[in-house]
Amino acid sequence: MQDKASIVGRGNKEGASLLRGWFSSLSEAAERGDKAAYVFVMGSMNELLKSFDMLISFPEITSLQMAVRHVAHEYLQEAEDYGYSPDICGYVKSDVALQLRGGQHPMGRIPKPSLSVITNACNTYIKWGEIWERLHKVPCCGLDVPGHRQLGVHSQPGDEQFETDRAFVEVQIKELITTVEGVTGQKFDIDKLRQCMAYTNQMSQSWARLLELNRTTPAVYNALTDGTIFLGVANGFRGTQEGADYFKNLVEEMEYKVANGIGTTTDEKHRISFVGVPCYPIFRRFNEIFSEWGGTFVHSTYLWFASGGTNRGFQYDLDDPIRSLAEGTLLSVRDAMDSMFDQTTILKTAIDDYGLDGVIYHPIKSCRTVSTGLADSRRQLIEDTGIPTLIIESDMMDRRVVSEAQLKNRIDAFFEGLNSRRQQAVVRGS
Amino acid sequence: MAYAAGVDVGSTQTKAVVIDEQGEIIARGLVDTGANVVQAAQNAFDQAITSENIQLEEVEYVIGTGYGRYRVTFGNAQVTEISCHGRGAVHLFPETRTVVDMGGQDTKAISVSESGEIVDFCMNDKCAAGTGRFLGAAAAALAIPLNDLGDTALKSSRPVKISTTCTVFAESEVLAWLGKGKKVEDILWGVHKSIATRSAGLMRRVGVNRDITFTGGVSRNAAMVTALEEKLGAPLNVSDQCHYIGALGAALFALDHIKSSRSPGVMEDSTCTP
Repeated sequence: MQDKASIVGRGNKEGASLLRGWFSSLSEAAERGDKAAYVFVMGSMNELLKSFDMLISFPEITSLQMAVRHVAHEYLQEAEDYGYSPDICGYVKSDVALQLRGGQHPMGRIPKPSLSVITNACNTYIKWGEIWERLHKVPCCGLDVPGHRQLGVHSQPGDEQFETDRAFVEVQIKELITTVEGVTGQKFDIDKLRQCMAYTNQMSQSWARLLELNRTTPAVYNALTDGTIFLGVANGFRGTQEGADYFKNLVEEMEYKVANGIGTTTDEKHRISFVGVPCYPIFRRFNEIFSEWGGTFVHSTYLWFASGGTNRGFQYDLDDPIRSLAEGTLLSVRDAMDSMFDQTTILKTAIDDYGLDGVIYHPIKSCRTVSTGLADSRRQLIEDTGIPTLIIESDMMDRRVVSEAQLKNRIDAFFEGLNSRRQQAVVRGS
Repeated sequence: MAYAAGVDVGSTQTKAVVIDEQGEIIARGLVDTGANVVQAAQNAFDQAITSENIQLEEVEYVIGTGYGRYRVTFGNAQVTEISCHGRGAVHLFPETRTVVDMGGQDTKAISVSESGEIVDFCMNDKCAAGTGRFLGAAAAALAIPLNDLGDTALKSSRPVKISTTCTVFAESEVLAWLGKGKKVEDILWGVHKSIATRSAGLMRRVGVNRDITFTGGVSRNAAMVTALEEKLGAPLNVSDQCHYIGALGAALFALDHIKSSRSPGVMEDSTCTP
C-alpha cells in the first residue's frame, strides 16, 4: 500500500529530475567535445539512434526551454540581427542563435550535431536540418513519410498502398542505419534495437493509459503544465528503460489519485481542453489565468501530436524490428499530423469522454503550421457541437508578441460567459 | 432607494452610469481618462452621483469594467467590457444579436443571445488598426478636431482608397493624399471606409446577425455609422447612450448582485472576476 506523501507529485519530481539529468549529460558531452544526434518529435527514430548509444538532442525542446527560462528573446534577437526574419519559426531562430553561441543554453551547453534526422511532417524541419548541414557539415537524414496530410483517410496495415508505403520507409531506415554506422563507427546491433523498441512498447502502452486516466473527475493532472513535463520525458527518453519505468510509475501515481479522488486542483469548476502549442514565455502565468476561474486543462491536443503519435499505444513487432519500426513510424506520424490538423475529430469525442466545458484554441504567431486553419476548425466545432470555445493568439517563444493583459481580458470574458450560461441553465432547470 | 453603478475605464474616456432597481439610467458621468486612472474612475463616478444628488450610501454595489477595471478602487467587483457591452446593448435594444464596440484602442465584435449572454466575440490583436486610434491619427494629420471628423467626411463626393491598415502608417498615407491635392473630406471618408471594412471583417468572424448595435465612443461619429451600415448592408442601432453601454452593462451586473443577495436561494452571481 503506497502512502499519499510518497506517490502524489512523484511524476513531476521524477520528470524534472530526468530532464535535468538529460541536459546535464548534454552539457558534459559538449564540454568533452562530443556530439549529439539532433531529432524531432515526429519520427525521431530514437529507438534506432539509442541502439547506437547516441546522445540525443531535441532542438524543439531545447528551444522551448529558453522561453520557459525567460531568455528566448535574447536568442531570437541575435538570430534576427544575424539576418533571420521576425516571421520565421521561433524554435529555429533560437536554435540558430544557440549554434552561434557555441551551444550556450540556460540549462547548460548543447553539443554540436553529429547528424540530424528529419521527417517531412513539418516543412520547417527540412530547412532547419539544412542549416545544421551548412553550419556544421553534418549529414541531414531526411525521412519521407508518405500520406501524412490526408487527415484520417489513411491506408492501413495489410492494404496494398500501406505495404508500398511501409516498404518505402523501411528502405529509408536501412539507409539511415548505414549513415549512422558511418558517423558512429559502430556496427548496427539488431538485438539492441529490439530492446529499445521493447522499452518504447511499454512507454506507449503507459502513455495511452495516462491519456485515458484524465477522463476522471476531478482530473488527476493538468494536461498543459504537467503534460509538458510528461511530453519532455516521452520524447527524450523514448526507447530507454528510464523512460519506460518513468511512465509505469506515472500511471501508478495517476491510478492512485483516481482511486482516492485526488485532483490536480481542489477547485475544478470548468474542464477545458487546450488546442495548439503552449505559451512558453509566460507558461506558469498563462495557466494561472485559467486556474483563477477554476478552469482546469484536463485535455490537450498537444499531448497527442507532440508525443509523435505515442497516443496510439502502438506495439512494435519485436520479431521483425525494422519492418515494424517502419510501420510504427508511418502510423504514428500520420496520427500525430491528424491530431494537429484535424483536432475536431479528437475534440468531438473528447467532449463526452473528458466531460469538457470548453475548448481553448491557441494559434501562435511563429508557427503557421500548427496555427493555420484553427479559426475554421473552431467554427466547425461550434457548429457541430455548440461547445463554448475561445481563440487567443500569442506565441510559443516570442514574448514580444505576448500581451498578458489582452490574453487575460479575453480569458476573463470567456469564463464570465461560461458562468453565465451555467447560471441560466440552473434557472431554466429550476 | 437602492442604486447600482458601473464604471467603464476606457483608454481614452471613463464613463460612469447609475441605474435604479428597474434598470433605468438615473445618472451618467464622463471624464477623460488621462494618466491617473484611479482618479478618473473616481471623478466619473462622483460626477454621476453629484449630477442627480445621489448619496454615496444609496449606491449599493459598483462594478468596474474596461481596461482599467482593476483600478476602480471603490468598486466591489470587475467584469470585462466584453460581457458588459453585450449586456448593455441587449438592455437598450432587446433585439440585438451582434454588437460592434469601437473604442479608443480596440474594436470588438460580440455575438449575444437574447438574454445578453456572450455567444462569441472577436477583437483586434495587439494592433490599433480599425479602432478609434486610427481616426485619431488621421485627425491629427489633418489638424481637424475629433468631433468634426464625421460631419467633414460626410461631405465627400470622391473618397480616396486608404490602403494601409496600420494606424502608424495611416498618417503618412493621409499626408501623401494631401500632397496629391485630394480634398480633406475625401481623405477622411476614405479613412472611415477603411475602418468599416476592417470592423466588418471582425464581425463576420463571430457572425453578423440582426439587430446590430453600435457601441463605444466612435458610435457618436455619424460618418462611421454610415460607413458601417453601407459595408454591412444593414441598419445599426445607435443612441446617445451608446457611449455608456459598457458602464450600463456593468451597472446591470451590479444590480443582479444586489437582487440575488436579497433573495436567499437565488444563485449568487458568478459572472464577476474572482
